[in-house]
Amino acid sequence: MNKDVSIKVCMGTGGIAAGGVEVMSTFEKALASVGIKAVVQKNCSMHKVGCRGFCARDVLVDVIVDGAKSTYQYIKPDMVERIVQEHVVGGAPIGDWLVTDDYHTFHDKQVKVVLSDCGEVDPEDIDSYLGRGGYEAVKKVLTTMTPQETIDVIKASGLRGRGGAGFPTAVKWDMAIKAPGPKKYLICNADEGDPGAFMDRSVVEGNPHAVIEGMIIGAYAIGAPYGYVYIRAEYPLAVERLHLAIKQAKERGYLGKNILGKGLDFMIKVKLGAGAFVCGEETALIASIEGKRGQPKAKPPFPVQKGLWGYPTIINNVETLANVPYIIRKGASWYAAMGTEKSKGTKVFALTGKILNSGLIEVPMGIPLKEVIYDIGGGIENGKKLKAVQTGGPSGGCIPANMMDTTLDYEALSKVGSIMGSGGMVVLDETDCMVNVAKYFLQFTQSESCGKCIPCRVGTKRLLEILTRITEGKGREGDIELLESLAADVKTSSLCGLGQSAPNPVLSTIRYYRDEYEAHIYEKRCPAGVCKDLLSYSILEEFCKGCTACTRVCPAGAIIGEKKKPHKIIQDICIKCGACFETCKFKAIKKG
Amino acid sequence: MEEKLEGIFTRYRENEGNLISILQDIESEFGYLREDAINWFSERLDVPPAKFYGIATFYAQFHLKPRGKNVITACCGTACHVKGSERLINSLVKELAIPDGEETSEDLQFTVEKVNCVGACSIAPVIIVNKTVHGKMTPDKLMKEMKTLKEGPKREYTDYI
Repeated sequence: MNKDVSIKVCMGTGGIAAGGVEVMSTFEKALASVGIKAVVQKNCSMHKVGCRGFCARDVLVDVIVDGAKSTYQYIKPDMVERIVQEHVVGGAPIGDWLVTDDYHTFHDKQVKVVLSDCGEVDPEDIDSYLGRGGYEAVKKVLTTMTPQETIDVIKASGLRGRGGAGFPTAVKWDMAIKAPGPKKYLICNADEGDPGAFMDRSVVEGNPHAVIEGMIIGAYAIGAPYGYVYIRAEYPLAVERLHLAIKQAKERGYLGKNILGKGLDFMIKVKLGAGAFVCGEETALIASIEGKRGQPKAKPPFPVQKGLWGYPTIINNVETLANVPYIIRKGASWYAAMGTEKSKGTKVFALTGKILNSGLIEVPMGIPLKEVIYDIGGGIENGKKLKAVQTGGPSGGCIPANMMDTTLDYEALSKVGSIMGSGGMVVLDETDCMVNVAKYFLQFTQSESCGKCIPCRVGTKRLLEILTRITEGKGREGDIELLESLAADVKTSSLCGLGQSAPNPVLSTIRYYRDEYEAHIYEKRCPAGVCKDLLSYSILEEFCKGCTACTRVCPAGAIIGEKKKPHKIIQDICIKCGACFETCKFKAIKKG
Repeated sequence: MEEKLEGIFTRYRENEGNLISILQDIESEFGYLREDAINWFSERLDVPPAKFYGIATFYAQFHLKPRGKNVITACCGTACHVKGSERLINSLVKELAIPDGEETSEDLQFTVEKVNCVGACSIAPVIIVNKTVHGKMTPDKLMKEMKTLKEGPKREYTDYI
């Protein structure tokens, strides 16, 4: 038996949390045990691959026998033996465990550039990346292009910064090449702080060499001999793989002195972020690399004029840099053919929340939101109704269900009062309270405000206080107007992007869900049934069978009653946790 | 102790580190920022302790108090929030007897910390127990997990470090 077998196990953070390591080692054992009767089976290889996006179905395993690929979902270690026996040895894939049709619909509408190698290459092996055309772009620019020509290609491709603001990458590089100075720095911003976004983590975990290759090209274009990757310490796997990739790139001569014998010197250092959202802001990030408190500075001077240690510095986001090698390899016109007039190419989104198929997706710019939610995402979880889609994290806004025709590009999103941001996309359903969502984001920005400028430090605090009292049923007449005017002040007078965008979630929820705010303030009612202080639980006697299930789950001991007789909730003791509501099989608990 | 601090000092000199990297090293060596360690570096580098504390209190990663032997990290990202992370945290704080306004239980066995987002949103809600990521967490699963931890051998500080 001489079969060409290869097994790919998804080993991103999602895959590992679902048991990827055990699945992989069980495969190794199971294959070794059958390997005895198939010693000639030399080609059997095991790969760990990075994130392929569909983390909700982990562990995902590709089994490729003689070129025929089958993908299994939800694989647990105890299922491995059967796959090896029936599929690898017997040649018959196990139909019930294979991915279902929606796995394919999840991928069909996607166009993968940045993620094209994620889930295909082994992130811990440079040869795997080289085998798929890796570092060809570096060779191309170093041998056939001048720095200015490199920038011109990026300019023609229309690539814009993927970190949030959408500033054209080539314009930034152009300013850097013209900036005078004995030294220049290129920083890769991997301080992905937005809650609900994980594309940068997945790219670094799944294909770290693409980021490094993008950095080398950027360094060549602007003439920077030193690079930094500023990455969150909360991403241990990404950090580990990045270190390994840098080491391998150095060994192969893609980093270091005189790269590929073409006279380019470029070294990359990894700096771990210490946990501060504001360090995603360029000047704060620079302060943090210098070892200081990560507080932003007034601009100008811009980092490109006076950045790290006072030298001209360019900061690009992970996804931006990971696009660069593909653009160089395939050409600017190929890239510019995707997307809209002003927003070119593709964008990676982290599709999460109350969505059936949550995961990492890459779509062409300009795709309507509804195609993302219904075709790729498969619709809303548990048959609930869509309420809104939140994009852009704490700096963004909510797009209501009746505006799902909105297209995903920088211009259209800002028109509806949201932003592209780094690409977080959290789907909310009818059981989510929009005032609570606004409060959640304000809690975040308020605690992450660095405290340097007063509008942000005090303004976010006051905004949060007003939102808190509204959700506690203590809202007053005029609070909505007060929120609006204060939000406008914070927006216009804050020093950096954090404060300037912090009021966005409040403004966008007021814009589309003013009635919900009014219900909280005037009727002391939370229409979605989320805000605890506006809720009470009671038992409907006619439905209660006295099964005592609720008494047993109540953590506060607030439910009394005899077996087989209607129970009662003592309101003074009830902590409104909702455990009884979820446990009752007879729908006898009333919430409201 | 002295030896460990000298080790950090050498690493700092060799890697052209900065105050943040010193604090990161102290934290990973001792589990939290010990006052005597900060004072040692303050004298050695002629940098006032206030400068260290200014940085330490700015970043979420640093802790000025000893941490529990078991560290339970609750993700508070948007996806986890809408999928009920708050309830998980409340039940953790209650079950592990974490005092009000603190992160660590009095017997130093458990620390419950909240973090902004661990970037595993598609398996929300996420709880990390001693560096192992658990996705799609429910109160029941979590309580079982805590029970095993409580009944297991009490961890000594050394095996946490």
